[in-house]
Amino acid sequence: MTDRPFLEISQLTARLKGSGTPLLRSVDLAVPAGSVHGLVGESGAGKSMIGKAILGILPRSVEVATGAIRLDGTDLQSLPPAERRTRVGALTALIPQDPLTALNPSRRIGPQITDRLVDILGWDRARAVDRARQLLAEVQLPDPDRILRSYPHELSGGQRQRILIAAAFAAEPRLIIADEPTTALDVTVQKQILRLIREMQERHGTAMLFVTHDLGVVSKVCQSLSVLYAGKIVESARVEDFFRAPAHTYSRALLAASPRYTDPHGSLMPVPDEVMQAVRAEVAAFDEGRAAHV
Amino acid sequence: MAEVTTDARGLVKRRLGLRLWLSGGWLLVLTLAAVFAPLLSPHDPLSQDLLGGRIPPMFFPGADPTYPLGTDSLGRDVLARLLYGGRIALIVALVAGLATCVIGSALGLIAGYFRGWPDMVISRLIDIWMAFPPVLFAILLIAVIGPGLTSIILAIVVIDWTRFARVVRAEAMAQGAMDYVASAQVAGRTRAGTMLAEILPNVLPTVVALLTLEMGIAVIVEAILSFVNLSISTDDPTWGGMISEGRTSVYQAWWVLVFPLVCLFLTVLSFSQLGEGLKDRFDPVLR
Repeated sequence: MTDRPFLEISQLTARLKGSGTPLLRSVDLAVPAGSVHGLVGESGAGKSMIGKAILGILPRSVEVATGAIRLDGTDLQSLPPAERRTRVGALTALIPQDPLTALNPSRRIGPQITDRLVDILGWDRARAVDRARQLLAEVQLPDPDRILRSYPHELSGGQRQRILIAAAFAAEPRLIIADEPTTALDVTVQKQILRLIREMQERHGTAMLFVTHDLGVVSKVCQSLSVLYAGKIVESARVEDFFRAPAHTYSRALLAASPRYTDPHGSLMPVPDEVMQAVRAEVAAFDEGRAAHV
Repeated sequence: MAEVTTDARGLVKRRLGLRLWLSGGWLLVLTLAAVFAPLLSPHDPLSQDLLGGRIPPMFFPGADPTYPLGTDSLGRDVLARLLYGGRIALIVALVAGLATCVIGSALGLIAGYFRGWPDMVISRLIDIWMAFPPVLFAILLIAVIGPGLTSIILAIVVIDWTRFARVVRAEAMAQGAMDYVASAQVAGRTRAGTMLAEILPNVLPTVVALLTLEMGIAVIVEAILSFVNLSISTDDPTWGGMISEGRTSVYQAWWVLVFPLVCLFLTVLSFSQLGEGLKDRFDPVLR
């Protein structure tokens, strides 16, 4: 691990345009080069929002109010849009959540993988196709040539997710944002895909921001993690430390709420009301402190 | 209905259905007839013969073999007039249909993909537009700019672009929310590039289906306008004009009314059936 993190987010605040409802509350985050950082939290906590803010694909109704997103030392927020786009395009990639909608249904697989290589990195078509073939082999898809010629509807969900992984790694990005990459798959395929992502990440040495709501997945894939509640990071820790002794009460409750193989029924307990109230109060206090500050 | 079968790979394949054949066939015949009208028609569509008026069509007592579909009250050949009328109908269908399609789809695509203020402007425009009754609007337009082929085409484009704009806007919105659009943007595509390379191919099947529908509508609108004598000059044969003339003498010469009616009916039906058939066949979601 290097000293300076590859991705560094500081004091990132985002809110809804118009109403000004806060969505991200002063998020601080650091992902060292080559390491995997998990981002966990319940639905609506803003996990995906952070990924989208980095990639510059936030919904139009959301605006980044303050904060910096530094990729390899450069603050993305200060770049003009066109430059930001090429920079993000060259350094990062996205493994999306739903493989069924993440490939354009009316285009063949081949160009969907090679587009980025040709457009952003300026490769010639033949070299890009070679690279795509090699990557499809790497994600263990048989008969790459047939797949390059296929349309998405001719392939299964698991195959498509493998293609998306191959496409994400194709341009050798330094950072990959995996937005719940296994949620839309069935359990047996999930496990294979997870192992594949892990292998590919290790082989290519890519840093990864792994968005998920599944702590079990985090323990298998990540080195560090942040727990998010209502757009505020309540705890950031190394994975070993976190699973041994989570510092925040909300994290503890979250961990207690995850199912375990050893005790599949007993461990399924909801986050207690007191904890929810406590963490909500914390967020409210944060908002008030901020208001007093301004 | 198109027949659905499954091939070896388990993919659903649709055979070219009967309706695609029939509608395509009729339109092909019509196109050929329109293109070769001068060769096919035995008489000039405009030459009158007041002594040879209301000759009945073939196989009816008093028929003249050189007038297979008979003559109208002014002694003009119904077949020749049908062929030349088909020409005008097809030109209007093609030009007006395509122009409407391009303008409406472009606006719909922009509104549905970019959202924000372009959507506000275009959507309000559509709302305002649709508050006018279309045919009345067309009649008003022609009354102002004067009759003629260009005016008719212009009128159809002006009254009907909203049909494309509305449908394409909704479709582009749905496609724009898909993950592949986000992926394309992360991969460095510009917004305009994403719209043309990613969204457009996916709304195209809908656009094609609508286009054929629109061509049918263009034929109807042209017929309506010529029926009320607001089409191109009254000399030129049009189906609408023939229907209007035939109506006055339906008790003496039914054929003057019936033949253009049948042509109009078959043409409009064929266009709409062709659209349905093509959509079944080329929609990537159904495919």
